[in-house]
Amino acid sequence: MIQLTVNGVAHEVDADGEMPLLWALRDLLGLTGTKYGCGEALCGACTVHLDGRAVRSCVTPLRRAAGRAVTTIEGLSPAGDHPVQRAWVELGVPQCGFCQAGQIMTAAALLAENPHPTDDDIDHSMAGNLCRCGTYVRIRAAIRKVAGT
Amino acid sequence: MSSKTEQRASTDLPGAGPRDATRGGVNRAALPRERGRESPLLVEVSRRGFLAGLGAASAGLALGWRILDAGDAAAEATAATAAAGAPVFAPNPFIQIGVDGVVTIVCARSEMGQGIRSSLPVLIADEFGADPAKIRVVQGDTDAKYGDQNTDGSTSIRNFFEPMRQVAATARAMLVAAAAARWRVPAARLTTRSDAVHDPRTGKSLGFATLAAAAAALPVPKTAALRPQSELTHLGTELPLRDGADYVTGKAAYGADVRVPGMLTAVIARPPAVFGKLARLDDRRARAVPGVRQVVPLPALTPPAGSQPLGGVAVIADHTYAAIRGRAALDLAWDAGPNGDYDSQRYTDQLLAAVRAPGETVRKVGDADRALAGAARRVEAEYLVPHLTHAPMEPPAALVKLDGDRCEVWTCTQDPQDAQEAVAKALGLSPARVTVHVTFLGGGFGRKSMPDYAVEAALLAKAAGAPVRVQWTREDEIRHGYYHTHSAQALAAGLDAGGNVVAWRHRIAFPSISATFASDKGHPSLGELSQGIIDLPLAIPNVVIQTGPAPQHVRIGWMRSVNNVQHAFAVQSFIAELAAATRRDPRDMLLAILGPGRTLTQEEQGVEKLTNYGAPLARHPIDVARFHRVIERVTQAAGWDTAQRSGRALGLAVHRSFLSYIAVVAQVGKGPRGELRVEQAWIAADAGTIVNADRVRAQLEGAFVFGMTTALHAAITVKRGAVEQSNFRDYPLTRIGEVPRKIHVELIASDGPPGGVGEPGVPPVAPAILNAVFALTGQRVRTLPLVRAPVVSPA
Repeated sequence: MIQLTVNGVAHEVDADGEMPLLWALRDLLGLTGTKYGCGEALCGACTVHLDGRAVRSCVTPLRRAAGRAVTTIEGLSPAGDHPVQRAWVELGVPQCGFCQAGQIMTAAALLAENPHPTDDDIDHSMAGNLCRCGTYVRIRAAIRKVAGT
Repeated sequence: MSSKTEQRASTDLPGAGPRDATRGGVNRAALPRERGRESPLLVEVSRRGFLAGLGAASAGLALGWRILDAGDAAAEATAATAAAGAPVFAPNPFIQIGVDGVVTIVCARSEMGQGIRSSLPVLIADEFGADPAKIRVVQGDTDAKYGDQNTDGSTSIRNFFEPMRQVAATARAMLVAAAAARWRVPAARLTTRSDAVHDPRTGKSLGFATLAAAAAALPVPKTAALRPQSELTHLGTELPLRDGADYVTGKAAYGADVRVPGMLTAVIARPPAVFGKLARLDDRRARAVPGVRQVVPLPALTPPAGSQPLGGVAVIADHTYAAIRGRAALDLAWDAGPNGDYDSQRYTDQLLAAVRAPGETVRKVGDADRALAGAARRVEAEYLVPHLTHAPMEPPAALVKLDGDRCEVWTCTQDPQDAQEAVAKALGLSPARVTVHVTFLGGGFGRKSMPDYAVEAALLAKAAGAPVRVQWTREDEIRHGYYHTHSAQALAAGLDAGGNVVAWRHRIAFPSISATFASDKGHPSLGELSQGIIDLPLAIPNVVIQTGPAPQHVRIGWMRSVNNVQHAFAVQSFIAELAAATRRDPRDMLLAILGPGRTLTQEEQGVEKLTNYGAPLARHPIDVARFHRVIERVTQAAGWDTAQRSGRALGLAVHRSFLSYIAVVAQVGKGPRGELRVEQAWIAADAGTIVNADRVRAQLEGAFVFGMTTALHAAITVKRGAVEQSNFRDYPLTRIGEVPRKIHVELIASDGPPGGVGEPGVPPVAPAILNAVFALTGQRVRTLPLVRAPVVSPA
């Protein structure tokens, strides 16, 4: 049994400690907001927070998450109104939307650490999150909107 | 062909049913807001009970499925709707008014990022007179009553703009008639807006909810006059993103997000080469992986590939991790089959040989060979575009649940009706027994037009005796796709002493999409050549266009803007090469070659047929003046004539596809380490009438980034029949840091019939970027992508 705290709720998960956190979230806990895109930390679709820091859940073994606070897109804000989420809607960032949970989790972690990022800071921090629809220009704009820069 | 439907019509496909002839419907339903947990709290809404509650007429409107948990307010609201009973007013499959007075509109087209759910229902509401802010939008399940639901060919607005308004207008006429009878006034003077019928003379109004029952008793008129376009108050505005809140909170459910009780998950080891077969299988280690339930060999694929699965061996497990581990533990060997020798490097040579010899003539005006021989000067160039894959962020996934002779499918599909047909065929069921629920698509780009993954899930659900979800891994998606074709093109132009182009010869070879569905004719189809070749304006007296032989060895499919990609790349690059050869401004050379404003005819083009994306030429002429307009607008916006640029340069390209005209200017400069950077981009689009300006802008911004990937990074190569790439490491997509700080979009105001939007933004991007690279560096890239081209290296 692995003790897991996800979005403030404690869970006991009966699974192999090597199982990537991604599959535990999706298949064992039913939290499907976190997406599978590549399985190798190449696309960022699976990004969650581990003790507040952005990690790729597809390469994070369950045992590494044990006893730590996991936050997924479902738990980023109680009412879905985190400033990043609001900016994403206001600027119409999503197209297909599939990568956006990962983009938002990475952006939220960036802003928590650096409330006023420059475009270069944004490009650097968001470099691991792919979007095939090509929403990047609006992602930058939405992050800057939150930052007020 | 520009779309699957057109393609089928041209290739006589066995799978083409009568629905292919119909083009009338729309699609898209309220997607599940799945918040369930794997626990006894899960309750599956009884579909049958739900439908009984709503009444037969509204079957397509039912949410139908979702997972409830106690805290899910949205689900409770759905249950409440179901309990409320049949709609009061439901004159057609797309519009209804419930007892609560809320107008529900069905979207019967798949949402894959093009924003159709934010656009088409608003158009319907506008024509109807409903307040778009108050409508409920529901996704339509598979049903012939919606017409063709295949979401491809950039058709969702261009083909449904008028039919959907017609549907709304007839429904409106019934409410108006009910009000006219109530007030005893002539219907002709009444109007609708904001969910009510108004009488401008008396100032009275009656809400739709009040009139719904009386209107429902009236006959449904066959036709009704449409509003003047000027009265569609939301048309062309920046409409809000309907599903924005669900996208940003993780509630939007995609193909892999649906859960039903008892569901198992499968991943499949597929033969590396198409039509390969399993030669040996030892599954003992795989079956020993904890969580693995079953190992199931699938039937080998036989030609033509169509939308059938590739075969291979499935590992079915309790969860995805076990299935992936189980697959890795399979000990197996393959017979490579007839495509085991396919090699991209050798095939490139074969394609080049094909375009260096005369081929089959598909377009001819004057005598190009003679004019070339007698020209004062000759310019020649060859262009290569590799196989590409769609790489949607969401890899394919499908869930199938069998219940006796009933089958339910939940999947991210662009074509639910094709999925229904293919699944029914594989299971030996009548299509009527198969329901396909369309989830959100995490990108489609043409890949999800093909339902092979739904068929896999159906076969495995049958084998397992339980609901099975098939999950494609990224490696599967990259190695087993329906690839964009691999092409070679040879262009030759003859110039007179004054530098005017007097002869144009274009030879093309690429494997055809048609060969995916029928026996391989070895040459492109008319539809494929109608994407920027047959329909290209050329004010040149001697033109010949020929195709060379190119047999198919991997499954070729439709990828966003399809053959326009390679055609626009070659043609728009070559025109810039001619400008350089004659020291003319590339824009001036482009305008000279396009020639004066006129509409093209088959006679001028020297072709047998202009297929024109299935649209009549009378309604959608090929209008050279519209090419001029977008070129003028984009060059103005970019400061083509005025801006001083040191250390940076501009490149221009224009292309018409899917009935829309797009011009692009890219600005390329160098970064601190001398690396090339796309610094800025300008796009001018004439897509006729625009429904939702914000989503059109979003599509064009995205198309630029999609085109950057094609220009700079993407290539699928095959060796010994197997794709060499496997993930984003070796099939890289454009990342945020490479993207211009600004992508400016200029929309040409128009009240003409709408053209396509999802695809046409892509083709001019690669040539615009590479023309800018040439202008900056003097180096011409003729082989995509730029990273593989011999002379230039990017960042």
